[in-house]
Amino acid sequence: MSQNDSTGAGLLEPPKLTRQDFVSDQTVRWCPGCGDYSILAQVQKVMPDLGIPKEKIVFVSGIGCSSRFPYYMNTYGFHSIHGRAATLATGLKTARPDLSVWVVTGDGDGLSIGGNHLIHCLRRNLDIKIMLFNNRIYGLTKGQYSPTSEFGKKTKSSPFGTAEQPINPICVAIASEATFVARSLDVDPAHLSKSVEKAAKHKGTAFLEIYQNCNIFNDAAFEDFTSREVRSDRMLYLEHGHPMIFGKNHDKGIRLNGLEPEVVTLGENGVSEKDLLVHDESAAEPTLAYLLSRMTYPEFPVPVGVFYRAQRPCFEEILEKQGKDIAAKVGPGNLEKLIRGGETWTVT
Amino acid sequence: MSTQTRVKETPHEVQELETVVIRFVGDSGDGMQLTGTQFADTTAIVGNDLATLPDFPAEIRAPAGTLPGVSGYQISFSSQDIRTPGDAPGVLVCMNPAALKTNLADLEDGGILILDTDAFTQGNLNKAGYKTNPLKDGSLAGYRTFEIPLTTLTLRAIGETTLGSRQATRCKNFFALGLVFWLYERPVDYTETWIKDKFKGNQEVARANLAALQAGYNFAETTEIFTTHYRVTKARLAPGTYRKITGNEATAIGCVAAAMQAGRPLFYGSYPITPASDILHELSRFKNFPVKTFQAEDEISAIGAAIGASYGGSLGLTGTSGPGVALKSEAIGLAVMTELPLVIIDVQRGGPSTGLPTKTEQADLLQAVYGRNSECPAAVVAPATPAECFTFAVEAFRIAIKYMTPVFYLSDGYLANGAEPWKIPEIKDLPRIDVHFAMDKATFQPYKRDPKTLARPWAIPGTPGLEHRIGGLEKEDVTGNVSYDPLNHHKMVRLRAEKIAGIANDIPELEVFGGDSGKVLVLGWGSTYGSITTAVERMRARKASVSSAHLRYLNPFPRNLGEVLRRFEKVLIPELNLGQLQWMVRARYLVDAVGLNKVQGKPFMVSEIIHKIEELL
Repeated sequence: MSQNDSTGAGLLEPPKLTRQDFVSDQTVRWCPGCGDYSILAQVQKVMPDLGIPKEKIVFVSGIGCSSRFPYYMNTYGFHSIHGRAATLATGLKTARPDLSVWVVTGDGDGLSIGGNHLIHCLRRNLDIKIMLFNNRIYGLTKGQYSPTSEFGKKTKSSPFGTAEQPINPICVAIASEATFVARSLDVDPAHLSKSVEKAAKHKGTAFLEIYQNCNIFNDAAFEDFTSREVRSDRMLYLEHGHPMIFGKNHDKGIRLNGLEPEVVTLGENGVSEKDLLVHDESAAEPTLAYLLSRMTYPEFPVPVGVFYRAQRPCFEEILEKQGKDIAAKVGPGNLEKLIRGGETWTVT
Repeated sequence: MSTQTRVKETPHEVQELETVVIRFVGDSGDGMQLTGTQFADTTAIVGNDLATLPDFPAEIRAPAGTLPGVSGYQISFSSQDIRTPGDAPGVLVCMNPAALKTNLADLEDGGILILDTDAFTQGNLNKAGYKTNPLKDGSLAGYRTFEIPLTTLTLRAIGETTLGSRQATRCKNFFALGLVFWLYERPVDYTETWIKDKFKGNQEVARANLAALQAGYNFAETTEIFTTHYRVTKARLAPGTYRKITGNEATAIGCVAAAMQAGRPLFYGSYPITPASDILHELSRFKNFPVKTFQAEDEISAIGAAIGASYGGSLGLTGTSGPGVALKSEAIGLAVMTELPLVIIDVQRGGPSTGLPTKTEQADLLQAVYGRNSECPAAVVAPATPAECFTFAVEAFRIAIKYMTPVFYLSDGYLANGAEPWKIPEIKDLPRIDVHFAMDKATFQPYKRDPKTLARPWAIPGTPGLEHRIGGLEKEDVTGNVSYDPLNHHKMVRLRAEKIAGIANDIPELEVFGGDSGKVLVLGWGSTYGSITTAVERMRARKASVSSAHLRYLNPFPRNLGEVLRRFEKVLIPELNLGQLQWMVRARYLVDAVGLNKVQGKPFMVSEIIHKIEELL
């Protein structure tokens, strides 16, 4: 069987797709001011540049505000059930390695009810892209705390404050053997579109956490460090091969003190650029990535960008190869032989 | 393979028998399942009809010699057409006191009892709770008891060996098998070949097992303890080529056959669970076929992945047992709402909850038909015999694809592990499964239905121009867009129900075994087929006005079911549950059906059904 189009040499290039080609005929029904609009816009902007025919693209989602995403993309889409998007994507990609499969999920969907699937999807390393919109709240069920809500947060279901430690999506992804781990934010469209593009181009499961503002139930959740005025002082834009410098005046950096990171000011106490940590997103071990993932505001600037990237064979490729290798060894499956297998006897 | 028999002419008396029921029982570590399977394989090859009933504990190795650790394998074989592994064994091969204690009551009066006297130590007697030694207290007087020091004889037969004494002792099951092979005129060749192949990496183990097998056979032949051996002539089965098959094997092969007939790949998502795991084991070997298996992290992932694969154009399959179905329920609803083809295998076991993992039950019928939120119709089929599992796996996919619907396939522990001869079908006789993917973007609408089947089109990603979105939210008729319109929802609920009900026009009418009308109709479904049919056959031989009918389609029912029911004065429904089909039949047809219900983790005995029929007549 083949669902692949034959795009042999000599054929005319298909017309270049535009952002508009990825806009579906459905009315977008997120609340006005929702961060999801920005994410949708960036994804629609990046899609034409990926060079993938749009019929080959599938968005799979679970339940929650974020999970309405597929309806607004003029591609194939599957809005599934709570927490299970990764499972559908796994079956789809395994059965159809030719497709570009995207999972859209939220902090509740992906880390609470679907936490188990997320972990296993990441360790299997299918060539799928997971965008986790993290707004630290349950939006669609109207304002209960989520697994990423900060400790002690007061919500409808925690009127006296939560008694639970939040989970850190980047830490979870690293611990799950993810081969691509990145973070971006809805209010920085340039960074977001670059991050989506990097995720799309990674071969393997790409995990992209996107800080996303829910202006109805958890407004300004990230504003302390994401607002335009303070961003440069309170966020660390990770760049591969570059020293970790931040601050309006490019004068602050991250240095390693023993096994702990610390914030230092360049020029003070003899600190120079060569004392700083240099980001290595493709380090052999995700140790540095994990260390970065533990940096939170206000003690540290919040890192965004690619934390970690590795090359590892994909689940669906290994499976395809096993099938081919075995077929090469014993011949392709023969139904006649299969049903007549084992010991037989004939009655006349 | 042609099999040469090596039955020597002996001076022993030979007695012809029609049907024999043997049960091998021992400790979980004694290899009783292996012994039984080898006996069944050889019996199949020599041409008897047969049925088997493996019965083993859920614990992998309960403490040796204890009552919960007893594992058994019963086989019935015959020169006649048989349908059950038999009510009571005529031969009991017992490897220790615990096995004797738990099984003796089932042995026929005057039956043959073969015991390993070496195992009747004071320690083992204590573990089994015997106050006195049954070998000495006269409690075995009603049986033809053969006390044989199986362990000692096995060790002697193996002779000098580099194997430790524990490993050498483990060969005693082959000694016992050799002995029983002689007793029933079975050749040892097949098992010899099997041992050589199985232990080709360990010559010493192979040699020891071969020596034990041969010694058991020779022991029976040369000692005078058995005065008679028994002959069960070949069964007069319909002409054709046969193989012995278990329900789980037949299910796996049937699913592959469905994929080949449909020309689409098979995707099996599953999470290990007794007694369904063997389907995963089987299918995961078929990698040179267009078959992919996925051992998921849980039951929900297993079905989610299967739905994803179906959406992509594969034959999505998920298999589990009752507790797994419970976890999959929400996803089944999603498949119903998105109207994708999907087959859900439920190999039923004792419940509720973890229940009796290794024991059979048929109590998931209502779960399959109704066990989801809202109005959520799915088709349900159930094979009646191990061999029929093949046919119904193909049939489940035929329905799933033609009607774009999830289809439940209800097997059970007894069908799954039980074996019988299977007349291998001709590929050309298998039903064709036509797959039509939507291709035409000018006319495509995600929920525009085929007027005959009410199926929506199967439009798979990768098809240019057909980009669309589906999901669990209610669909607008025809367009498939999300809709909260009250009247649309009402209409869609009805359409989904009508689609499933319409399958009745595409399945065979219910056939009646025996007279078309009469006093009692015994109606069954699933694995009770053998016991019910045998019981009715015996009653009819006694001129009783009894017929039977067996449902392979549980949702929808065959279109003539109501009419069949009304032709009989009384309807009896034997089920391994508290009356689930009975409840459905009474509700649907207002027929005062009577139940015969057994929930003991065991199949019906023929005598139990006969007794109930007699009560009704």
